[in-house]
Amino acid sequence: MTKLKIDWGVAAVLLLLGVLMIGPLLAPQDPELVDLAVRLQGPSSAHLLGTDNLGRDILSRVLTGAQVTVGLSLLALSLAILIGVPLGLVSGWIGGRFDWVIMRIVDTFIALPDYIVAIVLSGLLGPGFVNMLIAILAVKWVGYTRLVRSLVLQEKTRDYLMISKLAGGSNSRILRQHMVPHIVGPTLALATMDIGKVILLVASLSFIGMGVQPPSPEWGAMLNDGRAYFAQAPELMVIPGLAIFIVVASASWLGDQLMKRFTISPEDERMTSVLA
Amino acid sequence: MRPATWLVPLGKWVAQGIGFFFVLTIISFLIVQLAPGDAVLSMLRIDTVAVTQDEIEALRNELGLNDPAWQQYVRFLGGVLQGDFGASLMTGKSVMGELSKAFPYTLMLAGATMAVVIVITFVLGGLAARFRGSLVDKGVAAFCTAGAAVPTFWLGLLLIDLFAVRLHILPSSGMATAAGLVLPTVALAIAIAPPYIKILRNSLIEASGREFVRAARARGVTESVIFGKHTLRDSLIPLVTILGVSLGSLLGGTVIVEVTFGIPGVGKLAVEALARRDYGVIQAFIIVVGMAIFVINLLVDLSYRALDPSISLKGAERA
Repeated sequence: MTKLKIDWGVAAVLLLLGVLMIGPLLAPQDPELVDLAVRLQGPSSAHLLGTDNLGRDILSRVLTGAQVTVGLSLLALSLAILIGVPLGLVSGWIGGRFDWVIMRIVDTFIALPDYIVAIVLSGLLGPGFVNMLIAILAVKWVGYTRLVRSLVLQEKTRDYLMISKLAGGSNSRILRQHMVPHIVGPTLALATMDIGKVILLVASLSFIGMGVQPPSPEWGAMLNDGRAYFAQAPELMVIPGLAIFIVVASASWLGDQLMKRFTISPEDERMTSVLA
Repeated sequence: MRPATWLVPLGKWVAQGIGFFFVLTIISFLIVQLAPGDAVLSMLRIDTVAVTQDEIEALRNELGLNDPAWQQYVRFLGGVLQGDFGASLMTGKSVMGELSKAFPYTLMLAGATMAVVIVITFVLGGLAARFRGSLVDKGVAAFCTAGAAVPTFWLGLLLIDLFAVRLHILPSSGMATAAGLVLPTVALAIAIAPPYIKILRNSLIEASGREFVRAARARGVTESVIFGKHTLRDSLIPLVTILGVSLGSLLGGTVIVEVTFGIPGVGKLAVEALARRDYGVIQAFIIVVGMAIFVINLLVDLSYRALDPSISLKGAERA
């Protein structure tokens, strides 16, 4: 594969994500507009992808839903990185009792599966955008803390750090100048591999009725809403699912490309792939 | 293997298990304390029946809700140790009874899925490694990418639509017959298998280049013996490592699949309990599933040690 070819692929995926972010602006109709006169209709010029059981335009709902599904996932992931990375950095660097406490919390979260924790948490908190955000954040920060902490522990013993310390470098200076450059690559690699997983988690939670609530057009929730009508109108099932599939597949492909591009040592790569 | 090298980690595991058990009981105790909604008010059905403040207080005292938190926790813990989580709000039956009725379904689903995953992994991973770089290899890679990206519930719905609604070959939901297990198992296995396939493929390729494999080949050992005795064994170690990591995702996946296919397993029970704030069931779910995962991880750890002697040696040295 030539370099140029990869760039086109990455550009296409980024364009797709960009289009999804402005999805609501592209929606031809109000995604929540109920029109029972045209319920469960197949594709037509008025409704390019047909209508759902309440006569809502499926194309508009898929486009608007992108912002909920993908937007929420990206937001949750960014927050997880913002919490997980500094925690791992500090935990690994200062060690001692603080590190012990953080690691026991991390162990507990890791011992319990993502889906179980997220489902129980969002079930207890109740449905809604913010509660779902909290549930996903709760399961996703751990991976970053663990990854960054082990990277710090790896680097900590190197001679140049000792020298930097002897030269009177402050903790925050050492962390910023020497540690951060080492953790950027692996963290980004883990994050890009996580995007697809988080999108699947968001859609799954909504599908079992614990995520974003109707009439808000979230992809998983759309599938759940339309379940009873699949035999009459297969578009109701095919389109939101296909949207999730395409976005997750593109995101993980992008993650693979970024992985290859970052100069990641084999150990880091193994670590991220086990964690992801 | 000498018993001494086994006893030391055994003690550690027991200690870890007890510690984890306490963490789980504390989490599930706190959940009820912190969760929104007042159990007493819903028990008295306050929106339909007029009750006085005194009656509310009396019930609180009777239930021990006015005791200090640690006393309530000790009482809760006592119940848990006897396997008593009280009665389910939904059915009025004992929580433990409901859970043990649901458990076999989940176990069956998880077991069948794991069996399918193992078969798919060895067939596809083996083929991809054997014909590295060929069309087969690329096809397997495409299958992995697609399988990892497809939402399990959507795949489940598509399978139901095709095999149950259109072709009428398999039942669409429930597990009344063994046939009901087929679609959920396939849906879950396709989602879970990709990382295993990729890892087996890569480690088979890696192992076939190892010195001891080349040495065996030079000695004139046949390819099938090399595969069985050296390459495969060497490749199993990374596979078992990831097994421990992803058994959690298997259990998480069963929840989604149980809801999609209407299987009356533990996951579906938990989702329904969460929707109705049936706290006893949720508490039992957290503790039972948490401990189940702990035991599974222990078994994975054990098989890992059995496969790679250097690990148990290292463990003995550290001790």
